[in-house]
Amino acid sequence: MRPVSAEKITKVVSDLSIQANQILRKDVFFLLKKAYQEEKNKRAKDILSAIIKNALIAKKEKLAICQDTGLPCVFVELGQDVKVIGDLKSAINKGIELGYKKGALRNSVIKDPLSRKKIDYQPAVIHIEIVKGDKLKLTVLPKGFGCENKTQLKMFNPTVNWQEIKNFIIDTVKSAGPDACPPYVVGVGIGGTADYACFLAKKALLKTVVHYPSSVNRYAIRNTQYTIKKLEDELFKEINRLNIGPMGLGGKTTCLGINILTYPTHMAGLPVAVNISCHALRTATKIL
Amino acid sequence: MKFTELKVGQKILFSGIIYTARDQAHKRLVEAIKKGKKLPIDLKGAIIYYCAPTKTPKGKIISTSTALSADGKQIRTIGSCGPTTSSRMDKFSLDLLKAGVKAMIGKGRRSEQIRKAIKKYKAVYFLTYAGCGALLSKYVKKMELIAYQDLGQEAIYKLEVKDFPLIVGIDAKGRSIYDKKRWTAF
Repeated sequence: MRPVSAEKITKVVSDLSIQANQILRKDVFFLLKKAYQEEKNKRAKDILSAIIKNALIAKKEKLAICQDTGLPCVFVELGQDVKVIGDLKSAINKGIELGYKKGALRNSVIKDPLSRKKIDYQPAVIHIEIVKGDKLKLTVLPKGFGCENKTQLKMFNPTVNWQEIKNFIIDTVKSAGPDACPPYVVGVGIGGTADYACFLAKKALLKTVVHYPSSVNRYAIRNTQYTIKKLEDELFKEINRLNIGPMGLGGKTTCLGINILTYPTHMAGLPVAVNISCHALRTATKIL
Repeated sequence: MKFTELKVGQKILFSGIIYTARDQAHKRLVEAIKKGKKLPIDLKGAIIYYCAPTKTPKGKIISTSTALSADGKQIRTIGSCGPTTSSRMDKFSLDLLKAGVKAMIGKGRRSEQIRKAIKKYKAVYFLTYAGCGALLSKYVKKMELIAYQDLGQEAIYKLEVKDFPLIVGIDAKGRSIYDKKRWTAF
């Protein structure tokens, strides 16, 4: 067993929460610049240029990219050969609070969801997965609620066809429309149970976002992966034809990318969850 | 600049005073109006910005978006301060418009009821760059806490802004930037 101290975890989570909130992810930044170059709509171009400028200012001046520094979500991949010395969850929450205070990030956590009282920095929503090995992987995702509010889950029949699933995903983006800060990154979870599909949809946002060229070499990758890549590619194109555009004011950039994660499911159903991220998709990861 | 003359889609740079208020502050303002209580701000002619900024970072010297403090040092005036989703304020905005609010700043769509009310009360709804709080902080020259301090960042703050970028979302004639067939479909 490899020991990792709670103090170390707190320090790393604190650093990651500042990094995630102030420095836009490289892949997202790259896609925004690409979108700016390819966009023809004048207003869309102006907005994309503001978004790019914003990311540069945030990084340079150590400011939050967005004032909604989110509900902090922390994804933990805990190697089964790691021994945490101390309390893992409170170490994470302590790290969130430290980082958010140090980075002057917004305390947006409402401790009592019904009375809406007590504003705080934490607790984070923590997802822990036990994996092989002796490493501990920590990812902080500050999830803004403008886009989190647009999440949808549908429990399909097992006989559903791909077109129906596609329509559901596209309709989710449509109903988010201009409200959740497009251009979006779309996370999709297919399979598992209702809760697990929602988890996968969120986790899909952690994956590097790339444009899939239509000519994916199907022999280079496994068949199921090929199918998913093809579906991602189809959805990417169709969503970008919606003409929602940056801030919902039109343009060819409605979605920067789409990631789908799948998991085996029950013979009687097919859960599909869609989790949308605004253009400020912020994550930071460190492996201990 | 006369807000009533602005046309939908027009982009302007605004300099002047705006007040931040979002969900909980709206709820309290409307409750106060209904009970006939004294309001913490004069809503007549006020501009309301749907925003709760991040905390103002201390001890940093930044080239712009700063003011000179008493001892001549440059200080930051505000943290990241972009707009939040306007539609959540729809159920409160009618009362605020009736009380004389002349403009609202946010992001995204408004309800049909609010679009009509904007026309009726000759107000205007502005959009500003969504998800660009760091950039927008550069146009805020002064920030002052006005009311509801217990709401933390959701409190009402008075902001003095210079060249703050705004896009007319719904003009005083009730014309909406989102008023296209594709938007009415959902």
